[in-house]
Amino acid sequence: MNMIEIGRLLAGGAAIGAAVALLMLVNGRVAGISGIYRQLLTGRFGQLGWRLAFVLGLCLPGLWLLLHQRALPVAGGMPLLLISGLLVGAGTQLAAGCTSGHGVCGMANLSQRSLVATLTFMGTAMLVRFVAGAL
Amino acid sequence: MRLAQLLSALLAGLLFGSGLILAGMTNPEKVRAFLDLGGKWDPSLALVMAAAIAVAMPAYAWSKRRGTTLAGVPVALSVRRRIDRQLLCGSVVFGIGWGLLGVCPGPGLVAAASGDGGALVFVAAMSAGMLLAGRLSRQ
Repeated sequence: MNMIEIGRLLAGGAAIGAAVALLMLVNGRVAGISGIYRQLLTGRFGQLGWRLAFVLGLCLPGLWLLLHQRALPVAGGMPLLLISGLLVGAGTQLAAGCTSGHGVCGMANLSQRSLVATLTFMGTAMLVRFVAGAL
Repeated sequence: MRLAQLLSALLAGLLFGSGLILAGMTNPEKVRAFLDLGGKWDPSLALVMAAAIAVAMPAYAWSKRRGTTLAGVPVALSVRRRIDRQLLCGSVVFGIGWGLLGVCPGPGLVAAASGDGGALVFVAAMSAGMLLAGRLSRQ
């Protein structure tokens, strides 16, 4: 890893942190993507406002890439995509948070609950990679 | 003030999505390389998370002390403290799904918006998983 790459990682992380800070400082809301997105799926229309705006903003860079025909590839066979998606959806719903809600926001809030959640899903994912590598 | 809140949410989303792309976190291979401690370990994700937490932490501390936001609305921080079976089981299930592919909800949505077929399938399955688990946990 060279200095330019490290700079990019830190700048990207800082942008994410700024997003989390902004949503708290102005809206008083936690930038947990799984929760915000799920509310869009199930919530009543009156409560959608800021969540819709956030998810639209989140998707804008992707839509810009779509216009320029530079899709961000997620490669995998159909069973892998379906199983992984189902588990990520169900798991984040049960745990009430994902990498953003627990991993960034909860940690920034010094929440012990979020620390435990983050260590658990990260440790599990590492174990899965270890097993997948051994197979 | 409502417009200010909508605009700030839009800008926050835009910053989040741009940050994910800039840091390469929308690339599942890079995420898997972080999760794969045994292989050629790539610490990128840890660096990105640490930078994000460091920037967000003062804003959270300030908001918590103040109780209201710059727009005058109450701060809605989670008051849940309990570390229960549902939190642990959910995190294990999420961790399996995340480890299998290397995609979590944010990058999944960004990649789906970019029109990638695989990401669209992932997001559709993720949405189904959320609704399904929501229904089961209410029963």
